Amino acid sequence: MAKQILSPLPGTFYRKPSPDQPAFKSVGDAVAVGDVIGLIEVMKSFNEVVADQAGIITGFPTDDEEPVMAGQPLVELE
Amino acid sequence: MLIRKLLIANRGEIAVRIIRAAKELGIRTVQVHSAADADSLAVRMADEAVNIGPPSAAKSYLNIPAILQAAASTGADAVHPGYGFLAENADFADAVVAAGMVWVGPSGDAIRVMGDKVAARIAAESAGVPVVPGSDGRIDDLAQARAVALAIGFPVMIKAAAGGGGRGIRIAHDMAEFDRLMPQASAEAKAAFGDGGLYMEKVIERARHIEVQILGDGARAVHFFERECSLQRRRQKVWEEAPSATLPQPMREKLCASAVALAEAVGYRGAGTLEYLYDDATGHFYFIEMNTRIQVEHPVTEMITGVDLVREMLRIAGGAPLRYRQEDISLKGHAIEVRICAEDPARNFQPGPGTIEALTVPGGAGVRFDTMLYQGYTVPPFYDSLLGKLIVWDEDRASAITRMQRALEELHITGLPTTKPLHQLLARDRQVAVADFHTRWLEPWLQENAHRLGTEETTE
Repeated sequence: MAKQILSPLPGTFYRKPSPDQPAFKSVGDAVAVGDVIGLIEVMKSFNEVVADQAGIITGFPTDDEEPVMAGQPLVELE
Repeated sequence: MLIRKLLIANRGEIAVRIIRAAKELGIRTVQVHSAADADSLAVRMADEAVNIGPPSAAKSYLNIPAILQAAASTGADAVHPGYGFLAENADFADAVVAAGMVWVGPSGDAIRVMGDKVAARIAAESAGVPVVPGSDGRIDDLAQARAVALAIGFPVMIKAAAGGGGRGIRIAHDMAEFDRLMPQASAEAKAAFGDGGLYMEKVIERARHIEVQILGDGARAVHFFERECSLQRRRQKVWEEAPSATLPQPMREKLCASAVALAEAVGYRGAGTLEYLYDDATGHFYFIEMNTRIQVEHPVTEMITGVDLVREMLRIAGGAPLRYRQEDISLKGHAIEVRICAEDPARNFQPGPGTIEALTVPGGAGVRFDTMLYQGYTVPPFYDSLLGKLIVWDEDRASAITRMQRALEELHITGLPTTKPLHQLLARDRQVAVADFHTRWLEPWLQENAHRLGTEETTE
């Protein structure tokens, strides 16, 4: 089964550091443990999501600016 | 025009507050809500509810077409915007009126004037209200700006004319720094707000935040005395009281009269608050801005004057003249409000949404708790962290603080972290007891007391 990076918190998922900047990571990018892959906004406070696994990104099951639950997959890796 | 059916374009505790006032006036209510708020207390209390979009505020509570559509489909004839979201959006106010409805607030034009910092400053000065020394309006060129900086003295603040919420502000401590920051500030303002216009103000280093509540009917305005909100963290108010414990009576009269003068000069209609910095060392006060909406901390004013401000807003919006003369409004006792937020003070105020497992609301004489919580309610992570406001009134400030300690002890919220432990410490603090604080007092206090801010209740 493919590896996944899960959301540590409930909130809103952002793939970009700010709306006018490029995404932290895209499909095909290599991810190392400790890389920032996105942000979760919880009650107007922004928290970095840090990769706890390494691999090559194959997909983003949660879209940019979408609500997420804690434990929901954000990134799929192989 | 009489209001028959009011749409509440907001959420949380203020939506509940507005529904209560509407019910007392026999007005039916329509609560718009995001998909995340379908179980909210406001939705349960309102006569009707309309889902206006997904959880993201940009797609729901800030979605003007969806709100107007909800108003049309339910036959609402008025809109109350609460605070935050669209409350100070002049285009929304105009759109509500253009759709043939009543906007519970000042006109779009009044919001525009007071929302433009430079225009508000000019309006204040021409009404005889003292402002922070600075440039008279926008800065045209660097030579003029340097002359103004020398005249008012360093440190000076360089602010974006179109800015707000602390954005677009730079502080220069000397001329070299000033020369370096000015071009940066202009470029940043242009990029952030599409308007490179700047103005300058002297930095008032140690001041109290004092604000005056007013109500106007377009022709006449009255004040409801002042609130002091000097206890702030990251420019957010944490603890608010009325009246200010330190304002001498002649100063109070002067400050409140100046607020009425400004409100009447702009033909203000509805509830508004004029915010000032007050330097108690020199006795000077300076107008900083006017908020053209009801404010979070309005209940402390209601407690000391006995007037229901939200109900009066609805009456005025419905076309009634102001029911009070200034001499009808008197100040009695002392009120304090603390903001109970879903944040963990022991973990640098990390927000923690979650489900309310148990809730005990404080009661007894002089105690009020404005909240949207109920047992079993799940606080969503998409909006701000305010859970409720605990307000107490007593005959004097010392008794009010004792009553706040007692009320906080009764308040129990389990299932998520709250800022209750912070308020318990503040209510026992010696400097708070003698009101010896200013707007930059709380942050260093929080650092010193970090080890004492451990959460009282376990959340696991």
